[in-house]
Amino acid sequence: MIIGLAHYLTVAAILFTIGVLGIFVNRRNVIVILMSIELILLAVNINLVSFSVFLHDVVGQIYAMFVLTVAAAEAAVGLAILVTFFRWRGGIEVDDASVMRG
Amino acid sequence: MVLQAIAFYLLAATTVGAALAVISARNPVHSVLFLIAAFFSAAGLFVMMGAEFLAMLLVVVYVGAVAVLFLFVVMMLDVDFAALRAGSVRYLPIGAAVAGLLTVEMVLVATSVATNGAAAHSEGPLAPVGSSTNAEAIGRVLYTDYVYFFQAAGLVLLVAMIGAIVLTLKHREGVKRQDVSAQTARTPKSGMRIVTIKSGEGIDL
Repeated sequence: MIIGLAHYLTVAAILFTIGVLGIFVNRRNVIVILMSIELILLAVNINLVSFSVFLHDVVGQIYAMFVLTVAAAEAAVGLAILVTFFRWRGGIEVDDASVMRG
Repeated sequence: MVLQAIAFYLLAATTVGAALAVISARNPVHSVLFLIAAFFSAAGLFVMMGAEFLAMLLVVVYVGAVAVLFLFVVMMLDVDFAALRAGSVRYLPIGAAVAGLLTVEMVLVATSVATNGAAAHSEGPLAPVGSSTNAEAIGRVLYTDYVYFFQAAGLVLLVAMIGAIVLTLKHREGVKRQDVSAQTARTPKSGMRIVTIKSGEGIDL
């Protein structure tokens, strides 16, 4: 039983779809939506790393590092926006976010 | 080989199970803890592939920083999460349909790429050239060919940090603050004045 590229790609695909499903299921809870986005980015990272390893090219891991950086920045800014929004509205319902326009 | 397969299936099952728990847990604190579990087992998968440096980075950045940030925010905000979940089952069928379609598509693409693509004839995860470690191989590429990208990543983090501070910093009214430049710019001329008071009249300051 040899664990090949297809195995890792399948895990990444399942993880990606779980992230997408999480956005659908927790449509009103921004915190869980942000966590689902982190799961999606983790799936992307697994894809990048597995191709990098199986093609013997280390550049894929460099890109995974950049994805990691952007994910961390996105989490920080997203949660800061969430805290500001909570202070302003007293709740974090996404449905209320449409009143922010203008 | 059997041991490797057992380890892979264990880690993969943990990752997928923890990810499912993240999106289905009632309590967001549990969601964050399951997110940490998912990242940990994904780091285990990275170690299995031979990308040790990235695995450690995943643990340090995600478990040490991002997940703790999530935990702080979840605990800090006083939100009625039960009310937020109400009516979420309504979107489950369409979500499941989209997710099922995506899984089938991606697994088909993945298997076809893995059997016919450029990586099909790879013997599996091998260590990079010579006796150099994974971290050394990454460093050799990152600090030479990708040094500008590396600097840009630092700038992205700087902008994110400043943005987060600007967004959450709150100036309360009525709080006395120290204004250092005003203090050091004070001269005897601006700090005091000499008044001659006429007897019996008092002064108006």
